[in-house]
Amino acid sequence: MPQTLAEKLISMHAGKDVKAGKLTVVKVDFAYMQDWTGPLTVDKIHELGGALAKDPNRAAVFIDHASPSSFKEVSTGHIKLREYAKASGCRIFDIGEGVSHLVLGEKVTKPGMLMIGADSHTCQGGSFGAFCTGMGSTDVAAAISTGETWMLCPEAVRVIVSGRLQPGVYAKDVILHLIGRIGADGATYQSLEFMGDTIDGMTQTGRVTISSMAVEAGAKCGLFASDDHTRDWLREHGREGDYTEITHDPDARYVRTIEIDAARLEPMVSFPHTVDNTREITHEDCKDVPVQQCYLGSTTNGYYEDFAAAAAILKGKHIAPGTRLVITPGTKTVYRKMMETGLFEVFLDAGGVINSPGCGACPGSHTGILGDGENCVASINRNFKARMGNPNAFVYLASPATVAASAIAGRLADPRRHI
Amino acid sequence: MSGRAWKFGDDISTDLIAAGRYAYLRTNMPELTKHVLEDARDEFRGAVKPGDFVVGGRNFGLGSSREHAPTIIKMAGVSCVAAKSFARIFFRNCINIGLPAVRVDTDRIDEGDELELDLRGGVLRDITKGIELEFPPMPAVMTDILEAGGLVPYLKKNKGFVL
Repeated sequence: MPQTLAEKLISMHAGKDVKAGKLTVVKVDFAYMQDWTGPLTVDKIHELGGALAKDPNRAAVFIDHASPSSFKEVSTGHIKLREYAKASGCRIFDIGEGVSHLVLGEKVTKPGMLMIGADSHTCQGGSFGAFCTGMGSTDVAAAISTGETWMLCPEAVRVIVSGRLQPGVYAKDVILHLIGRIGADGATYQSLEFMGDTIDGMTQTGRVTISSMAVEAGAKCGLFASDDHTRDWLREHGREGDYTEITHDPDARYVRTIEIDAARLEPMVSFPHTVDNTREITHEDCKDVPVQQCYLGSTTNGYYEDFAAAAAILKGKHIAPGTRLVITPGTKTVYRKMMETGLFEVFLDAGGVINSPGCGACPGSHTGILGDGENCVASINRNFKARMGNPNAFVYLASPATVAASAIAGRLADPRRHI
Repeated sequence: MSGRAWKFGDDISTDLIAAGRYAYLRTNMPELTKHVLEDARDEFRGAVKPGDFVVGGRNFGLGSSREHAPTIIKMAGVSCVAAKSFARIFFRNCINIGLPAVRVDTDRIDEGDELELDLRGGVLRDITKGIELEFPPMPAVMTDILEAGGLVPYLKKNKGFVL
């Protein structure tokens, strides 16, 4: 029976062939929590009363959302996480290590895995040819304690992206375009599976951006076949041995096919307050939108290549008066490389401020909360009301290049004028 | 289970239910509950009564996986969330914490209507209007988890997942 990527990966972990629409129990290769969902996960593990971790090598704790903490209550939650990690023997990535999904992409995620995380952007790992999906604290607690979870094998949607992206148009624009087309619930419960020659030529970093936002269309996962780009990434991170080839079968059953002509895409912007409220940057609505804050970072655009794209535009330039530029590297590895290759200098000379690695201002509790009535253009993944900490502020989503161009202009701007 | 309907629109995100700026209260659920749905309808948190229903539109609960969102809805006394559709993680979280979440055509329900849920029967009754809204039966594992009171009691009882 030909299988989609989702069917193949779930079958591998169910020990039997599982078709879309069927419920099954699966073995979980890796499960993790972060500091906003972790204290509750730990409570649930204790309530379950079983193993603290069935296999501590298959679990991890990340302190990335408040890193370092800005509130005494959060700091006390961090203590609980450190104590749990010590007692269970699982790994902990403490403040400054970076965003969970990005750190895992550097150190753990590999083709063929099944991972769940107590964070909705866990789907990002799908970029490696792994079945990765976000769940709540109780589900993750159960998976850590028992090594298993139950799952509905999702129907799959094939997204075929073909053609060459124009200079100044990036993976972020591809996924914003897709979500604008199908809506914030356009793929609810489904597996989005990306293919086509644009995808074949796309770097691992670009794929990470796309898969991280699968959840913003409601999808359970956003999957890519593994290939030479996956292998290159693993080699760069000292893990070439983790490579295996995973792909969908030629005659697999997809419930829908969506085709995207990459050559015709323009830089995209999601307007407040929903991700599917998209415009092309050349749209009338983008003409005069002042931005008080420009933000680079998040799990969606937090790797080196993302910051390099912004730095290429900002080099030798300065941000507009009345605008501020906040930069949050995704991981410590990214932070170090930015420092070593001169990106810090570019950003500092341009008038930016560089924060410690982690989730930063994206989830809205620190390091860049917006003021009343302010606009922010950000390379993050969500623009819900109150997302960046203030229900009276407005968040626009775009690629790092569009954020950089906007910082120079002081309003939403097309990055192609700099390229 | 019966109570009054509180109507909400489409795309009620978990940020609107349990805002990020209150993340410091996540280790203090009773305090966090005081801010439930604050950015969606500020008057809700002060006036919700035990048994009331949260009635949403499309894609209820989209966004972050924070289980605190359905947890504080439940702690506020809400007996059921009804919506035209749910975001996946939120729906699963509701089941895991023992909060019924049902998919029905909520356009037919008005603010303040008296509602009654028959989970096994697959019917949400609008007593004010005298109508019955049917929803498709859930997979047995979900009904079992709900009836056990959530995933933790379910797993303690069954010693694992039973499909």
